Amino acid sequence: MAKIKTQMGRRAFIKNTSLASGGLVLGFSMLNSCKPKDAEKMVAREMPDEWFEINAYLRIGDNGLVTIMSPNPEFGQGVITSMPMIVADELDVDWQDVLVEQANFDQEDYGWQFTGGSQGIRRRWEGLRIAGATAKQMLITAAAETWQVPASEITVSGGVLSHTASDKSAGYGEMAAAAAKLEVPEEVTLKEVKDFTIIGTSKKSVENHKIVTGKPLFGLDYQFDGALVAMVVHPPAFGLQLKSFDGSRIKSMPGIVDVFNIKTLEDGFTRGYFDTNAFTDLVAIVGKTTWEVMNAKKQLKVEWEPIADSKFKMDRFGTEMEVDVPSGLESTEDHYAQMNEMAERSSTTTRKDGNPEEVFKTAAKIIERSYSCPFLAHNCMEPMNFFAHVTDEGAKLAGPLQAPVLTAPTVAARLGMPAEKIDIELTRMGGGFGRRAYGHYAVEAALISREVKAPVKLVYTREDDMTCGIYRPSYRADYKAALDGNNNLVAFHVKAGGIPETPLFANRFPAGAVDNYLAQQWEINSNITIGAFRAPRSNFMAGVEQAFLDEVAEAAGKDPIEFRLELLQRAKDNPVGEENEYDPERLAGVLKLVREKSNWPQAPSGTHRGVSAYFCHNSYAAHVVDVTMDGNTPKVEKVVCAIDCGIVINPDAAANMAEGAIVDGVGNAMYGNLSFTDGKPDQNNFDRYKIIRHSEAPKNIEIHFVQNEIDPTGLGEPPFPPVFGALANAIYKATGRRHYHQPFATDKPPLVG
Amino acid sequence: MANFNLNINGETLSVDVDPNTPLLWVLRDHLNMVGTKYGCGIAQCGACTVHLGDVATRSCMLTVSSVGNQEVTTIEGLSVNGDHPVQKAWLEVDVPQCGYCQAGQIMTASALLKKNPNPTDEEIEMAMNGNICRCGTYTRIKKAIKTAANPENV
Repeated sequence: MAKIKTQMGRRAFIKNTSLASGGLVLGFSMLNSCKPKDAEKMVAREMPDEWFEINAYLRIGDNGLVTIMSPNPEFGQGVITSMPMIVADELDVDWQDVLVEQANFDQEDYGWQFTGGSQGIRRRWEGLRIAGATAKQMLITAAAETWQVPASEITVSGGVLSHTASDKSAGYGEMAAAAAKLEVPEEVTLKEVKDFTIIGTSKKSVENHKIVTGKPLFGLDYQFDGALVAMVVHPPAFGLQLKSFDGSRIKSMPGIVDVFNIKTLEDGFTRGYFDTNAFTDLVAIVGKTTWEVMNAKKQLKVEWEPIADSKFKMDRFGTEMEVDVPSGLESTEDHYAQMNEMAERSSTTTRKDGNPEEVFKTAAKIIERSYSCPFLAHNCMEPMNFFAHVTDEGAKLAGPLQAPVLTAPTVAARLGMPAEKIDIELTRMGGGFGRRAYGHYAVEAALISREVKAPVKLVYTREDDMTCGIYRPSYRADYKAALDGNNNLVAFHVKAGGIPETPLFANRFPAGAVDNYLAQQWEINSNITIGAFRAPRSNFMAGVEQAFLDEVAEAAGKDPIEFRLELLQRAKDNPVGEENEYDPERLAGVLKLVREKSNWPQAPSGTHRGVSAYFCHNSYAAHVVDVTMDGNTPKVEKVVCAIDCGIVINPDAAANMAEGAIVDGVGNAMYGNLSFTDGKPDQNNFDRYKIIRHSEAPKNIEIHFVQNEIDPTGLGEPPFPPVFGALANAIYKATGRRHYHQPFATDKPPLVG
Repeated sequence: MANFNLNINGETLSVDVDPNTPLLWVLRDHLNMVGTKYGCGIAQCGACTVHLGDVATRSCMLTVSSVGNQEVTTIEGLSVNGDHPVQKAWLEVDVPQCGYCQAGQIMTASALLKKNPNPTDEEIEMAMNGNICRCGTYTRIKKAIKTAANPENV
């Protein structure tokens, strides 16, 4: 058993027995972890008279109930259930005795409160276990001292401490007061994987009951006495800025309180990496109700003017840089023309193994293909919004944020207020997908509240949300592969770029598996802002790489899974280079599992199969997609998915998220598209921006997890990127047409051959 | 401004608002019933679905003046204790991810089952196509509707 140091930050384990009140209880695990009719009986369970804080993550009530804090923001990935499960398991308490609370922003107690990069569970795994194990150790010590017996003789099960020799036992609630007074042990023993009782068992989300009964949970539902509603007006196109506005007419409209200008980031401000914002100069409209402000917004008279070329300073996590913002009104047609041109030019080499140029000259077969994708909008179902109440004494903010740890410093800087005077309450997020890591809307809400001297809820309309930037970039990748006379892959060249960033990962498969390998990249600057979108860059590269490898396998006359496995065997036995990011054995593992679970060699009659596998965000995912044709329209009948993300905390909830990633992948591959004309997004609501709907979703999805005891890694992103490739490969089997340009629904590729 | 007496979740509630105000904003801003969600404002996403009588209706484009004395049911009034068969099935199947669209999904699903207690997959898809779930919980929604249609499974 592993002993581990408990030091986790200055205040992480400060005891505070005066903290006797419970605060807002958000989730009750037992309400959702059992059949509804049982839950009804159990609701009657009484709350404790007194709570004892053992550490920042948990409080124990005098009746044995335990409140566990979930530190990371929740946007549907399920950490509000799975993170407390980790604490509860090490604490050895029954899950039905656990209450869950969403922690608010508190860097001192909870460190890096960030939802993104599929890093939540991976980064919290050890700390949450220590929080539970430490508390258990303190309860054991309290019992040992009370009973005057050796601590080593005390056993624990389901929140009950027992000493067999003296026939003594006590619930956690009885020892909580004494435990809370103890020093924190310097080291604790963590459980072995085989001893987990909660981790690895499926628990229902602790917030589902509130969701299905319509309780206020989301930022947009936030209620505060006397709160006004605010909206902002931003330029209609990238490349424009505010010239002037006339608010006089709308000020007299019903319910309108004020109309004024705000500047979200002042000129010269050094931005953080997540302070992305194309439109820092806005008109704010404040009123009594949402509908009244919406109406006034439509009537506002604004003049816009073109921006000039400009620069701003950025501090990219310690690296100071200057970022150029070009002027101009960009259009999608021009973007593709520019990308075609760039793909022909020389570009920056980021990795080279062997001598690919020479090998391409003498290859028996060469396959060359080009792929592209458009910008995408995140389109979280809950539009951006934030509550703020700024006074001279301090600022109270509440709303949906993926990265409060990154937004808080900007709010503090912009208000000119010390960070400790700013409270940020974290509400549940109606989706995030990366979008809510960029918290400009929280800064806007704070500035509006300060100006209007009232509590304010800033609300974006759907149109505001879709047209204000922070998109998945538009990308292009050009691939070239060489086969020798024995159909072995002997050289591989990938050249990728985008607007405004490159999607390239030079050190991912098939790097390491090919002797002669070349990776190159280029970028085209733009004034259209971009941001992290579920599996940034991977969400393009995985799909096109896996579609390309399908063609290479076909040209080599090999089964696509066998072809990949041969390469992975090579990468394992005799890897080329030392920088390879992935573990070839684990990547092969998900391919083998998906081959077995899908019964790969035998596609059901009338269905057409495609496969893909990819590594990103520390995890591995493979899909087999089955497509049938309904006239000229491909329908996804079934997706079988295999994932290796190490230990799975909450298997059914994990499966849910992977199912969602697959639906999201099919949807964006088929339909996702945000285009521009003269800087203006052509889509601004769901009438023109097509999101996948019920009848277009896969009919059946099966998720299989590789069973191992590796520390858990991310899951929100890894199953998403490879879907694009497996779908393209299945459609090819069904139609004889290979899709090179997303979205597939409007791409018209020729018949191959 | 005009006064409206609305029949919502079995109660008569009085509001003084612009007659053109959509029911969605009357519920959310004037009656503090925020279970019904704003998603698009143009009846494309279904997040704002309520029942008008027994019919699933988008409240974001339904003016308060057109409601009259029709019975309005929102997610808050679907059941007293959250134990409507559709709500129970949603818990059983653990449908939600972010959860924002789910009130609308549940309202559309419960209206479907009232009209058609045993829908086929195609009928479910047809009825539910107006409700977007950006997290992609569609396969679970379908499973939950079938579970609710056969309550012995709950």
